[in-house]
Amino acid sequence: MSFDVIDFLESLFKLTVADYLRQVFGVPEWIIDVVQIFILATFLLLNVLILIWLERKLISRFQDRIGPNRVGGRYGLLQSVADALKMLTKEFITPSGADRIAYNLAPFIIVVSALLMWAVIPFAPGVVGTDLNVGLFYILAVSSISVVALLLAGWGSNNKYALLGAFRSVAQLVSYEVPMVLALLIPIMLAGSMSLQRIVYAQEVWYILVVPLSAIIFLISALAELGRTPFDLLEAESEIVAGYHIEYSGMKWGMFMMSEFINAFFMSALFTTIYLGGWRGPGAVEYPLLGLVYFSIKTFLILFVLIWIRGTFPRVRIDQLLNFNWKFLVPITLVLIMAVALIVKLLPDDVSSWVLAAVLFMANLAIGLGALEIFRRSAHRQRQAVEAARNPGTAPVAGTSPEAHSAPASAH
Amino acid sequence: MTVQQVVFIIISAFTLLSAVIVVTDRNLFRSAIALMASFLGVAGLYILLDAGFLAVAQIIVYIGAISILIIFAIMMTRRMMQTVESPFNPRPISGAIAAVGVCALLIFIAVSTWPDVEAANVSDIVLRGSVSQMGLFLVSPDAYVIPFEVASVLLLAALIGAVAIARPEKDS
Repeated sequence: MSFDVIDFLESLFKLTVADYLRQVFGVPEWIIDVVQIFILATFLLLNVLILIWLERKLISRFQDRIGPNRVGGRYGLLQSVADALKMLTKEFITPSGADRIAYNLAPFIIVVSALLMWAVIPFAPGVVGTDLNVGLFYILAVSSISVVALLLAGWGSNNKYALLGAFRSVAQLVSYEVPMVLALLIPIMLAGSMSLQRIVYAQEVWYILVVPLSAIIFLISALAELGRTPFDLLEAESEIVAGYHIEYSGMKWGMFMMSEFINAFFMSALFTTIYLGGWRGPGAVEYPLLGLVYFSIKTFLILFVLIWIRGTFPRVRIDQLLNFNWKFLVPITLVLIMAVALIVKLLPDDVSSWVLAAVLFMANLAIGLGALEIFRRSAHRQRQAVEAARNPGTAPVAGTSPEAHSAPASAH
Repeated sequence: MTVQQVVFIIISAFTLLSAVIVVTDRNLFRSAIALMASFLGVAGLYILLDAGFLAVAQIIVYIGAISILIIFAIMMTRRMMQTVESPFNPRPISGAIAAVGVCALLIFIAVSTWPDVEAANVSDIVLRGSVSQMGLFLVSPDAYVIPFEVASVLLLAALIGAVAIARPEKDS
């Protein structure tokens, strides 16, 4: 075969450029692999600039201001480039007494683990780095490795506050891995496999419509895993200052920020893959390029939701955070797993996926509303107990608080 | 010297070097980090043996949970920033006897089973990387359901015991 422009364009649309190159030019396999890896990693690292700009613009719009609008035209498009240049020219100040290996290894490990997770995400039908049959599990393993990087950073800084910040971060990350894993078990059960490509193929009905409660729990746990608001007290300026990366400057600090944005983008991609049907959409199987387009649209939509949440909610305290995790998220996830397993087993095998989806959706709704009702009642009881303790003379009337009684009396 | 052998040598060297650092380093935190590195090496060996699920489970459980627990335990009981331990055992003679005994046991096991186990047979017994097969093994009555359930009860007892021990005293 000789080089033909129409064939090349067709291979672009079908995303089979690698096969085309192999057939026409006889490019050896390993060069194609290296180029593919290079393209993916470079795209992710450069995408961080776009993500930073996007976040700053959106947050500023949520806060009713304009945001960056000086560098690079009316929309401040080159603001991230300016920031990156500033960061690159800053001096590396190593604290005295810092353990050199741990201090320098931490930013390296954290960026590499953020990039490694992308190896199993399916971008389009047939386009996936490596379709591991334990793909979802592999993602959890790599996020455990990034936890190690936090400890290295905290201890290698030879700084008490960095160490404390690192331990708090690790406590939050390890705690929220539990509901994340449990919530991820439900799509695995429904799809019958841990491989992400199979999960996308199994989603005739998007899983967010089938098990919305699991999607919500995964979103909350992902927010906590990423260390974003409302769970970002680890790096908020008014809290323990910068936490574990307090002693890093210049590009090393840039590595921590980069890993945070790559992780945020990755969690959005993971959410779309598991719950929004990944690259699924009309015409995606015949023209895989359309699959890539759908995937990008959905991922950026979820990223917008993450930034939206950041601009809306206040910060949660660490004890409220851990309470919320262990006393609310984990029990509700366990009940949800049991309910989904029961329903999947009780319904006959040949039921249509829409019927299964409807039944599971109802069950999810019931469990979610039931759990909210239970916790609302227990919170009400606790509030009444606190009121009774504060005003010992007033006997609490069922359904009303002492304030409501005394307010009309003092109105005239 | 096939590629697989080279990779095996590299991973084994990494694992053994980390294990030596765990035992001999004076700084307790660095020993814990080296322990994590040796767990990573063992996960690499699992991958070489075509047990992908086991390798990933090793990383999640050992590196992501147990090592962090060890580090937290070290932090709570010692002052981490100034911890300097002596790498030498205060009882050298019983240590030497124990080391020689364990070494003899391992050599005996390796030598007596080596000619019988061929690499090709292992994949006949367990389907290659099949997680559903492992799941079936764990819950089917003629496989490993009883050890699985006993392990679950043990973990539950440990969890309840930890909560009971760490519970604050009830005031009034």
